[in-house]
Amino acid sequence: MKLYNGGKIITGLVIFLGIFLAPLAYNAGKAAYSQPKLKLPENEKECVESKEFMRTKHMQLLNEWRDYALRDGQRFYVNSKGKEFEMSLQKTCMKCHTNKAEFCDKCHNDASVTPYCWDCHIQPEGLKK
Amino acid sequence: MKAIYSLILVLALVVIATLGAGAAKMQTIFAYCVPGTAFVIFVVGFVAKIIGWAKSPVPFRIPTTGGQQQSLDWIPQNKWDNPSTGPQTAMRMFLEIVTFRSLFRNTKVVLKHDDGKNPVVAYVSNKWLWLFAILFHYSFLIIVLRHMRLFLQPVPQVIVAIEFVDSVLQIYTPILYQTDTLILAGAGFLLARRLFDAKLRYISLVNDYFPLMLILAIALSGMYMRYIAKVDIMAIKEVVMGLTTFHFKAPVGIDISFYVHLFLVSTLLVYFPFSKLMHLGGVFLSPTRNLPNDTRMHHHENPWNNPAIKPHSYEAYEDEFREPMFEAGLPLEKNPEEAA
Repeated sequence: MKLYNGGKIITGLVIFLGIFLAPLAYNAGKAAYSQPKLKLPENEKECVESKEFMRTKHMQLLNEWRDYALRDGQRFYVNSKGKEFEMSLQKTCMKCHTNKAEFCDKCHNDASVTPYCWDCHIQPEGLKK
Repeated sequence: MKAIYSLILVLALVVIATLGAGAAKMQTIFAYCVPGTAFVIFVVGFVAKIIGWAKSPVPFRIPTTGGQQQSLDWIPQNKWDNPSTGPQTAMRMFLEIVTFRSLFRNTKVVLKHDDGKNPVVAYVSNKWLWLFAILFHYSFLIIVLRHMRLFLQPVPQVIVAIEFVDSVLQIYTPILYQTDTLILAGAGFLLARRLFDAKLRYISLVNDYFPLMLILAIALSGMYMRYIAKVDIMAIKEVVMGLTTFHFKAPVGIDISFYVHLFLVSTLLVYFPFSKLMHLGGVFLSPTRNLPNDTRMHHHENPWNNPAIKPHSYEAYEDEFREPMFEAGLPLEKNPEEAA
């Protein structure tokens, strides 16, 4: 059957398909995506909290630490197992996770997350890209 | 009542996803099979719907003059509201799609009183619908674009930029996106006007409430994932990338809210081509917007005219029916005797 203004409408449909299939085309031929492999500290096996907690809620923890340490002057954190840590990004977190590029950035880049940690903290020299 | 049906429908979808991906442990089905099928139905359904529309004949031009049409040289033409050429019409379409100009002209009827306190019916400007509609649509667009961070690897810089601008206020952790609140405001208003305006409630159907509530549920489930459940985003990226690269890996360690969100989105995709949501494609085919007002310049051939039916003048008609007309005493141009 006849299409009215077929040329224009088909052009529009091609644009529609182009937009909606763009993610498929962008990824076409690429290998399967796997979560980035993080460089884990060698001399420490346990983080402040469990792996599952840290995977999903580390940003919440860091935010709470900032508030406790800087706004309430409370410097020590007791984790779910009763162990005590100093609330400090540079002295506690970065003691083990020394390399930002090989730890933090890996997931943050893939998830397109840009935390504002480094607006205030000084990024350790030599670890800048 | 229709709003309640829609709410129950949406809640039923939430329950299906919760039970299916949770208790029944069908994570793979809910992570890959359902959204994959839904996307195919969406694309094929969308194209089929547009092709179906393209098969209907284009009507005689409807000028719907929002402004002065092209006339004598010394009368200024309102080129964007009443275009007479292709580029002018393209401009009208562009402004319609990007800024919702028709909706901006929305008015409402009110009863006012003149100086003598006599009631007068008046039409006043009513921009609320336009404002919240545009908030809703643009928020939705930005949210969809933002989600591309899960669909593309490496993430293009433009998506990173959108992400940055949308979370520029740096409120809460993870950082609150402005569009998340704006879409709730927009869709919330669109729903509230149907619920609280008696005239609108009277004409609202399940297929008005359902998409609104579905979209609200999608927005709320997405916000729940991000701000409350704090789902494992890297595990989700693995699943979504699996969908776009066709390398499917069994999903592990993803919160149930992800499956609920994904199932609601799949429902939206399936529902889309068969519903009023097709205005995404339909707006481009609006005859009152995309046809220039050039009826005085071009001859319009009615597309559904049957070429086998020839013109039939009154003279020929009288020739055909002169005898019976004469017998019935009808006035004739020529009596049978004169015609003979």
